[in-house]
Amino acid sequence: MAIAREDVRTQVNPSVGTLWYEKIPRAYWVVGFILLVMPLIAGDFVLYQIFGWSFILGMIALSLMFLAGYGGMVSLAQMTIAGCAGYMVAIFGDSGIDAISMNWPWWIVIPLALIIAVLFGTLCGALAVRTEGIYTIMITLAIAAAFFYFTRQNYVVFNGFAGFNGVLPPELFGVNWRGPVAFYYLTLFWAVLAYFAVLYVRRSPFGLALQGVRDNPRRMEALGFNVTAHRIAAYSFASLIAAIGGILLVWSNSQISPGTAGIGPVIDILVIAVVGGIGRPIGPFIGALIYVLLRTFALDVLTSVGLPPERFQLLIGLGFLLIVFWSPDGVLGLWQRWQSRARDSAGFRRSAGRDIAGDDR
Amino acid sequence: MNAVSAPTASVAHRLSAAGTANALELRGVTRMFGALAALTDITLSIRPGERRGVLGSNGAGKTTLFNCITGDFPVTSGTIRFFGEDITHFPAHERIRRGLRRTYQISLLFAGLSVLDNVYLACRGVSRARFSLLRPRRNDALMQAAEDLVAAVHLDDVKDNKVATLAHGQQRQLEIALALAGAPRFILFDEPAAGLSPTERAELVEILTSLPAHMGYIIIEHDMDVALRVVEHVTMMHNGAIFKEGSPEEIENDPEVQELYLGGAHA
Repeated sequence: MAIAREDVRTQVNPSVGTLWYEKIPRAYWVVGFILLVMPLIAGDFVLYQIFGWSFILGMIALSLMFLAGYGGMVSLAQMTIAGCAGYMVAIFGDSGIDAISMNWPWWIVIPLALIIAVLFGTLCGALAVRTEGIYTIMITLAIAAAFFYFTRQNYVVFNGFAGFNGVLPPELFGVNWRGPVAFYYLTLFWAVLAYFAVLYVRRSPFGLALQGVRDNPRRMEALGFNVTAHRIAAYSFASLIAAIGGILLVWSNSQISPGTAGIGPVIDILVIAVVGGIGRPIGPFIGALIYVLLRTFALDVLTSVGLPPERFQLLIGLGFLLIVFWSPDGVLGLWQRWQSRARDSAGFRRSAGRDIAGDDR
Repeated sequence: MNAVSAPTASVAHRLSAAGTANALELRGVTRMFGALAALTDITLSIRPGERRGVLGSNGAGKTTLFNCITGDFPVTSGTIRFFGEDITHFPAHERIRRGLRRTYQISLLFAGLSVLDNVYLACRGVSRARFSLLRPRRNDALMQAAEDLVAAVHLDDVKDNKVATLAHGQQRQLEIALALAGAPRFILFDEPAAGLSPTERAELVEILTSLPAHMGYIIIEHDMDVALRVVEHVTMMHNGAIFKEGSPEEIENDPEVQELYLGGAHA
């Protein structure tokens, strides 16, 4: 049966009779397999500190990539929205600060945190979409700064400077989700879900319209689209992804404080998205992995060459400069250019009708 | 092509109004840019199904007129009625959803998307479910409508190509396809023939003359060969005001108009 189908496929029409799994590019199989068996290869530290953290930062940066890449809106408030979700989990759920935390069950706390963070993100969007370009960046940066100072000064709800510690994931299905392997799969699951959600939404009518708004807001208005509403809706969708990342981030550190969503981390998310490449959804994850590797190992590199270890930000900054200088579309851009050069020299021509799943720009 | 653009509540109202009302009724429309009057006191009535040409030299206010009618710019004073409904203060997308369409003088297309996706977006814009997260199925009605439109403007060969790769003439054709999406009742064509070859102009005339009879339009066109073949009535603009109205023959033979405009063009 499979052979017969294969014959029809190759002889008549390449798109007829293609089995669904044949449309998935080989790279997905390879990367998917490696990620799934990673716990067999990697140690606890790598699983939790490198991959877990990368997936989380990748998701938050992905929400920025969605807004910037498809909507043309650079929002610096994505880490703040993640922080908002994290704070809500700490406030409504369980933490070391008994005086504030409400100890509600997880099945109320998590949806509630997501809803509040999405509402907050939508509100940020409603403020930001009335502006363009650098003013959007300024407004969202102002929101981020306001959130940081507010949480640091408010002791009644946000417990001020100290924030909340002892915020742990619920022990669902009898699994300790903070165990390295369990946490690896937990973050992998949500990161993959967010990634494919973005890929899917990109090709949906809403996603197409959003790209239309990015390219040509005036024309979209002249086609009957409410441009403002579309932009705000994009913020809502991005906020959901950022909020999920924020909750995972709190669980991973088991604490949240104003510094979690301070100006530094807010900028880091932008750096991650830009370094990885804001053209495609995989970019933020690549950027996050590079960032986490630098954060983790820059110390050792610096001490080994005799420099003071606190200069690790210098390495990150230099890396950022180099990548932006050589490739405005991030590491992905470098890779694509290298690939097309290799292909040209091999004499291949890019075929016009590429597979939908493969062409995810 | 069956996508209904309007909120149901007002459909009956508008249909009854449409029987008696003009397709487009402008009263005393004025648009100022600072101290400069781009349009002064424009009063214009166009019957449903009427095809009107707007002529005038550069800076006469033709495109500003379009921008005011579609809501790209707000008017400074005056009222605009569309099939009897006062749309003066409606945002652009609400006017479009009521069946008004326009094309742009300089193509405003989505260069990164395919031809079919461009038209599909246009069909989506005037349908419900603009925010849908569900991907269209292969037999999606709007996708079918988009395919039909692409064929109607002779672009089926390149429907999967990105717009950025299209030739100028093809982009102009796509521009028209976007305006025909949904159920347009009235279309504003802003110099659709600009930069087209003679063959493409003939094709454009064919597309325009084969539009359904109920579909009225205003066309801004410098090329008299095109303009005079596709309109029944001509409005001549000069310095932001209406200078003369009449049949194409009257306008073409009017000595004042020849002095002002045609003289230069036909000399």
